[in-house]
This record gives sequence, structure tokens and C-alpha cells, in this order.
Amino acid sequence: MRNRSVPLREVHVWEMPVRIYHWINALCIITLCVTGYIIGDPPAFMKGTEAYFNFWFGTVRFIHFISAFLFFFNFIFRIYWGFTGNEFSRWYNFIPLKRCQWKEMLEVIKVDILQVTNRKIDSIGHNSLASFIYFITFLIFLLQCLTGFGMYAAMSSAFLPKLFAWIVPFLGGDMNVRQIHHVLMWGFILFALVHVYLVFYHDYIERRGVTSSMIGGWKFIEEDVIERHDNKTEECPKN
Amino acid sequence: MENQRPTFYEEARKNGVSRRDFLKFCATMAAFMGLEASGVSQIVKALETKPRLPVIWFHFQECTCCSESFIRASHPLVADIVLNKISLDYQETLMAASGVQAEEAYQAVMKKYPGEYIVMVEGSIPTKNEAYCCIGGRSALQILQEAVKNCKAVVAWGNCASAGCVQAASPNPTGAKPVHKVISGKPVINVQGCPPIADVMAGVVVHLLTFDRIPQLDGLSRPKAFYSRRVHDTCYRRANFDAGLFVESFDDEGAKRGYCLYKMGCKGPVTYNSCGIIKWNDGVSYPIQSGHPCIGCAEAGFWDNGPFYQHLPEVAGFGIETTADKVGLGLGIATAVGIAGHAIVTNIRKHKEIINEPEQGSKVETTKEL
Repeated sequence: MRNRSVPLREVHVWEMPVRIYHWINALCIITLCVTGYIIGDPPAFMKGTEAYFNFWFGTVRFIHFISAFLFFFNFIFRIYWGFTGNEFSRWYNFIPLKRCQWKEMLEVIKVDILQVTNRKIDSIGHNSLASFIYFITFLIFLLQCLTGFGMYAAMSSAFLPKLFAWIVPFLGGDMNVRQIHHVLMWGFILFALVHVYLVFYHDYIERRGVTSSMIGGWKFIEEDVIERHDNKTEECPKN
Repeated sequence: MENQRPTFYEEARKNGVSRRDFLKFCATMAAFMGLEASGVSQIVKALETKPRLPVIWFHFQECTCCSESFIRASHPLVADIVLNKISLDYQETLMAASGVQAEEAYQAVMKKYPGEYIVMVEGSIPTKNEAYCCIGGRSALQILQEAVKNCKAVVAWGNCASAGCVQAASPNPTGAKPVHKVISGKPVINVQGCPPIADVMAGVVVHLLTFDRIPQLDGLSRPKAFYSRRVHDTCYRRANFDAGLFVESFDDEGAKRGYCLYKMGCKGPVTYNSCGIIKWNDGVSYPIQSGHPCIGCAEAGFWDNGPFYQHLPEVAGFGIETTADKVGLGLGIATAVGIAGHAIVTNIRKHKEIINEPEQGSKVETTKEL
């Protein structure tokens, strides 16, 4: 049996609401991408029948719209949580306003992407680069909600979609809005690919239990990292 | 006669239109405009009592298809009364006058009816070089700006005047711009379409006359009565869309059965117009009913969002028939290759680190036992 004894401490990084948000978001994005792709390029697998027997394409669109509402409110909740959650889920992690955050990003690129050095990054929650990428995905979330509800507004009399009616004239018409909405879908797909890979990568390299942390909430962090964090002597204190 | 302009009704009667036909026309207009029953009497009253609208009708960079459409309106009164007989103060295609006389006619309208006349524009305005569209030695822009100064409102007929249409399509050699981009300070009504439906055009004119104000407009300045719904939402083939029944080529089984033309590049889902309801040529048909996908002619930039027979537009800079999906798939494959490469490098470079703990001091102890 191979085993090792490493001075680690368990840290409660992801609170329950953050974890629930994450998984609702993941499910929504998968559903929205699959149904969205079908809406953009539907398979014509039925022939020789009449319209009144079927409604499958209508159902696909219905699922897309329901998931979109869920996605939207879940996103709103996450923004709220960015102001009330613990230090790892706060807004200031995501927006690189400090010079050290940019420095850490460079460091992460060297360590994890280019792999030119072997030192570990002192991050308990997200590292600066990950946070910044999440910030960009939040912007994509926002754009996707704006363009999606913008297109939906014309066929709805409900209050919420109507709030987005201005986006269509603002972007010069439905053609442009739909194209933007469609291109951004690929942003989600590419993000998901890299995101899942990097979870495996970090779990494998850092052994801080990052995969299970999004299920149970706890990470295993080296004691020296926690000491530096508690004494605020880490390289980039974020709060 | 100069100050006592005849009313629409008087002109109509003089031209042999019966009272019955006149009322039919008013009822038709009220229906197209979506007015309630009492609206009919409002239109009747307005056309009977109000003097005709003085109109200056310009042709700039265009093909005259808006005029052609207008004179083929389902009700003869529209063409006869609104355009040919009554409102024709200045209309380059249809007026008898030419040269100096034409210029005089148009100057006279501006002098006689300041703040009252309507400027109707067909065509886009070139901005790159003023010589591209000169009338009487003056550029389109100069003419328009002068005419608009004292007008009541501007009606932009068709896609050229509303959004630039084909002249403004990439690379836009004349720097063509729609009316609302070159003038300011006056309400502009964009009556979209290439051309707009004749009855929609008539409806806009009748609305201006009846209610003395511009119709309710949407965010792109299009009259809501005619442009608030997508062609897709009012399409008689919509049930086939919801059922997932699609035409895949123009001669397949689905085309014969009248399935949805979505996969044939129909732009109905992104186009706002009343083709599905008012239809064309006295309500005979419209493109989709004739088996052809909508090309989106009532939307800005529809030439650049082509090809017409493809659902997703091409992505500029990636060559012919490259859609967002093809670019996306390419990026997806590139990402997957990148991930695979990174995973391999990770295992080569960091293998030792993973198997044996890095020597970070005495704190870490590794025991190997089997």
C-alpha cells in the first residue's frame, strides 16, 4: 500500500448555495446547448406525416425556453451570492482590479499551461486566471440572456421578456441577434471542454481534491498555504 | 383652388369612384391598420373633410419597386387617389413635368405648405461621393436635407430608405445610408420591405391623414400595426415547424406536402412583416405560400446575412459557406487537440512530481509499501 502523510487541512471553500448554483448551471448549459443546436440545425427525421400528429420541435423549443428562465434566475442568484457569500465566492475574486491578480495570471500561465516551472500557486479558491475566465463567462452569460430574451420578447407578452425588447433594435434586427446568440453557444461548448479538462488536471497535479470540492465543498490545502493566507502574507490576498 | 385643396373624397368622386367603393376602401384600410369598428367612420370622416396631403416623393438610389408595388395595391383607390391623382406634387417617376417645371413644382410645395407636407423617400442616399446621385445638379443629400427642413414627417419607403438595402451591402461602394442616418429632427417612418406590401404603404398614408400623427412605431421606427410580428409567427406552415416537419430540397416529399422551409434558409423567423396576413397581389399569395423561403427583405442587412438558401449566415472572413457551426466545430477540434497535447506534456513533465512527492522539506513524508 502506498500512502503518505502530508500536513493538510480541510477548508470549506464552496458553500452549499455555490455548489447548487454550479450544478444547476451545468445542467442548464448542457440542456441549452443541446436544444439550441437542434433549434439551429434541426434533423428532418420525419417524413410522410402531417403536422397535427407531432410537436417534437415545439417541445425542444419549450425545453430551451424553460431552461433559459432557470439559467437566468440561477445567474442572478450567483451575482447576489457574489456579495454575500464567503471570501472565495465574492465578486472581487473575479474582477482583476489589483496588479497582483494580473501577476498571478502570468504565473498560472507559466506553471499550468506552459509548464515551465513547477511551483504551486497559493490559491485556496480559484486562481486569478480561472477567476478572470469565469468573469468572461459571466459576460457571455449576460449577453446570451440579453440576446435570447430579446428574440423571445416578440412572441411573449410576459413582463420579464418584454424588458429585453430593446435589444433587437439596438443590435439592428433579429438576424444579428440570432447570429450572436448562435456564436456564443460555441463559447459555452469550448469553455466546458477546457473547464472539465482543467478540473482533472488540477486534481491530478495539485491533489487538493478539486473535483470533489464541488460536490462536498471541502478542499485539502497544505498547512503552509493556509498559514500564509491567514497571516495575509500570501502573494495575492484578494480581499 | 390653391388654398381650397380638394379632399380625398371629392377627388375620388370626381374620378368616378362610387360612394360604395369609397366606403369599401375605408373599411379595408381600417382592417389592415387593425383599428376597431369605430375606426372606419374616423377614416371616412377624415377622407371626406380633410384636404389632401401634400407630398414630395423622392427617388434616390433605388429601383422604383416601391412605386411599382404601390400602384398595384389591392384596392384601386390607393393608387388612383393617394398617388396618381391627389398627392402627386412631386414624384419623379409618375409626374408629367420634367426639368425646370419639375423643380418648380417641388419648390412650390415647400413654399406653400411649410410644416404640412410629407416627404416620402424611395432609395438610399450616397455619402461617399455626392456625384453618385445628382438631380438637377444637386446631390441627393442636399435635396433631402432641404426638403426635410420644413416637412411634417418623413416616410422612408422600402429597405433602401429604411436600411440601405443592396446598395449598402458590403462593400457599399457608394457609402449608401438610409434616410434616418442622414437627417435628424423629424420623425421618420420606416416602411420596410423590398418592396413594402402595397396595402401597408396605403395604410401608412391613410393613417397619417386620418389621425394627423405618425402611427405607433417599434424600436426600428416601423409601424407596429404591420411590423410587430414575425413572418414566422403568422405563417400558415408554422404547424409544420412545431411538428419538426422540414423541407430538405425543393423537390422532395416534404416540399410537396408543404412542410416548413426553415432548413431551406427561410428568414421568416427573423423577419418582421405582414406577408403572412395581408399577402401580395390582392391577397393572392406570398413567397412561402408559393413554396419559396422568405429571404428576409424587410430586415436591415438581409443581403449580407446570406446565402438566401442557408439557415445560418456565412461568417465573414472564413470563405464561402462557412457558418458559425463550422468555425465552432473547428475551434472545438483545435481545443480537443490542445487538451490532448497538454495532457501528454503534463504526464511527461510532471510524472515524477506526481509519483514521488517533490522535495519540499521534511514536512512531507512518502512511504512506499506494497
